[in-house]
Amino acid sequence: MDIQFTPEDIAFQKEVKAFLSENVTDEIRRGYTGGEVDPDIMVKWQKILHKQGWVAPNWPAEIGGTGWTITQKYIFENECAESGAPSVIPFGLKMVAPVIYTFGSDEQKKRFLPDILESNVWWCQGYSEPGAGSDLAALQTKAELDGDHYVVNGQKIWTTYAQDADWIFCLVRTSSEGKRQAGISFLLIDMKTPGVEVRKIDTIDNQHTLNEVFFDNVRVPVENRIGEENKGWTYAKVLLTHERTAIAGVAQSKKGLQKLKEFAAQEKVGAGVLADDPLFTAKIAKVEIDLMALEYTELRAIASVSAGGAPGPESSILKIRGTEIQQAVSELTIEACGHYAHVINDGEAIGNDMSWVASAKYLYGRASTIYGGSNEVQKNIIAKMVLGL
Amino acid sequence: MNFDFSEEQTLLKDSVAKFIQNEYSYEARQKNSQSDAGYSEKNWSTFAELGWLCVPFTEEQGGIGGGPVEMMIMMEEFGKGLVVEPYFSSVVLSGGLLAKAGNESQQAELITGIIDGSKKIAFAYNESQARFDLHNVVTQAEKNAQGYVINGNKSLVLHGASADLLIVSVRTSGESLDNDGITLLLVPVNTEGVSIKATRTLDGQRAAEVQFTNVQVNSDALLGEEGSAASVIDRVANEAMLALCAEAVGSMEKLYKDTVAYTKERKQFGVAISGFQALQHRMVDMFTAHEQCKSLLLRAVLSYSAGDEGAVKNIAALKYQVGISGQAVAHEAVQIHGGMGMTDEMSIGMYLKRINMINTLFGNADYHLQRFTELSL
Ligand SMILES: Cc1cc2nc3c(=O)[nH]c(=O)nc-3n(C[C@H](O)[C@H](O)[C@H](O)COP(=O)(O)OP(=O)(O)OC[C@H]3O[C@@H](n4cnc5c(N)ncnc54)[C@H](O)[C@@H]3O)c2cc1C
Repeated sequence: MDIQFTPEDIAFQKEVKAFLSENVTDEIRRGYTGGEVDPDIMVKWQKILHKQGWVAPNWPAEIGGTGWTITQKYIFENECAESGAPSVIPFGLKMVAPVIYTFGSDEQKKRFLPDILESNVWWCQGYSEPGAGSDLAALQTKAELDGDHYVVNGQKIWTTYAQDADWIFCLVRTSSEGKRQAGISFLLIDMKTPGVEVRKIDTIDNQHTLNEVFFDNVRVPVENRIGEENKGWTYAKVLLTHERTAIAGVAQSKKGLQKLKEFAAQEKVGAGVLADDPLFTAKIAKVEIDLMALEYTELRAIASVSAGGAPGPESSILKIRGTEIQQAVSELTIEACGHYAHVINDGEAIGNDMSWVASAKYLYGRASTIYGGSNEVQKNIIAKMVLGL
Repeated sequence: MNFDFSEEQTLLKDSVAKFIQNEYSYEARQKNSQSDAGYSEKNWSTFAELGWLCVPFTEEQGGIGGGPVEMMIMMEEFGKGLVVEPYFSSVVLSGGLLAKAGNESQQAELITGIIDGSKKIAFAYNESQARFDLHNVVTQAEKNAQGYVINGNKSLVLHGASADLLIVSVRTSGESLDNDGITLLLVPVNTEGVSIKATRTLDGQRAAEVQFTNVQVNSDALLGEEGSAASVIDRVANEAMLALCAEAVGSMEKLYKDTVAYTKERKQFGVAISGFQALQHRMVDMFTAHEQCKSLLLRAVLSYSAGDEGAVKNIAALKYQVGISGQAVAHEAVQIHGGMGMTDEMSIGMYLKRINMINTLFGNADYHLQRFTELSL
């Protein structure tokens, strides 16, 4: 057991810091402000990362990954968060790409992976449906074979960033026989295909992230199916594990707490500042302790995987605790902002840098315990798979 | 001991409840909230016709002499409907100040105007540096031969942009944090040097940033005594907190009931999600939190109407607990609704935002926990 950085790690950290301080401008920081993204800025940022060769640390090195050790990944994540750089949009790089490079044909890898790596193509995730949320296997969007095409009919919901997406990866029903999970296929659909319609969902955070996507006789070439017909569920499950570990957001929460402390140190309360208030600082301290624990839980999980083992039972709590902590940080942040966390930011808004993003982050962040498999569903999984209940 | 409403109180409750049920669907509320003024003039006239605007005023003032219990009854129902009309700002805050500090002619003119719906009055108390301290007043008023000259800024003046008249807390002497030296002045919104910028708040309500640049008012603009408004403001703040907490308790009731109803409808894994014990226990917690807050509300309201010495401490306890439990109940409601809880199509998120706003107005949970601690020592 050893947690010291090696001299190589320290050199790497310096290199990362230098790169970030040169490239993470205020404009880049505005790419993501707590829910909504600015697609142009995000693409610009991801291309900068790609040029540096650092856009896909989770991919195998042979096809564009970085080949970093876990320590290097840890350093990179923390430095990125520290610099205020937005996290890459996960749908292409972190979600569909692993499915394609693990289960796709050579032809599909050639066709899709380079554009993902270069951020030429924007992806979204079409899993959930009105009747299939926690119970994803209940999905009903149908794909029927007609010659060398599938004809897709149905509806997806909660599709994040679909309004900007070029492609959507979908779970569709190709059979209604046998177990529900055994009739699902994994399809890649070009959003420009006739019959695809995107409708905005108005949400409590007054941002545009969510959409409904409708499919009306959408013709999708069979060659856009990943792997075998009716095996989509297996591929999707792999993707879900990728989604769940990425969701803990430890480095982001650390940065959030640091910004909150800085804000509290200058927010006036009477003759002093908010940071003088022991009730408030104790609440920050409690969240910080939770986060210290989670950071090591995450490191233990990463270490066991990189040593070739399966993710240990500790990994299953990353999503639950990670999102609870993110919410706690955002709750304290709006509390710190006082009245100004409750004002609509309509361009001329009153308040300050902190309060403008605080409320959007807080309100959008309510969803973090709902998406990616709700925390209740995660607990059911842990009860069953880890505790054997 | 008796926790029953009188016949009149029951009638009042039924009348407000019926209005909310029939005229105040969430869709209608949203439409009014998004209109220019941010509320419905028609509803405001209805409030006047039904006699709701006169409830807290004495018979001499033209009211029915309702007390904190009547106010609680109304605000709880308003909380269920997420009412956007400026009842709290005009009747509770400004009406409260006028009733306590106004002279005969001010009351005759202005309270009458509030009651018949012809005058809307906003209370400009908050300043951006003040956080939750009502006595942290920097806006200055200097005396001259004619009256006073006001300079300074007020922030997040509730319904400030639709008001005809502002009651402004200003400093006529002392330093920014002193209790002494605060004065209330009546300032018509069209007075030269008053500039008002409307803002919208996340809970679908309205507020305004108000700037005073060499604003000259006459000496009859003085409301109450010069330099000693702090205690009047504190008394009105107590009533304001009772009203706001009653509103929040109404919202909490709606949230837990709507959540229970939703889980009975929503099916996943082939069954209604209400059948999952993991959710059942949490809905029981929401219900419990509502009942506990309602108990603290009654405790505070009844002790305040009886003039008990402990009332102030009871109000601090109430404001603290409503801040904590209100937010917790609203968070759970969103969570248990899943993705639907994040949408504007459901009202759940709007209750969350209103409850958060209420938590912040007149001091958040920590602020009142601190006050409670001081009062207990
Ligand atoms: C902001 C946001 C972004 C999203 N982005 C995407 C996206 O890009 N692509 C996509 O496909 N989907 C996306 N989703 C959908 C998300 O995955 C679903 O919302 C989630 O799976 C929950 O489903 P549901 O909303 O239908 O809630 P439901 O399944 O109806 O759940 C309602 C409540 O019941 C609880 N519950 C359900 N089953 C159980 C059980 N067995 N035991 C105990 N409690 C239970 C849930 O935890 C929840 O609290 C997004 C959702 C949100 C809110």
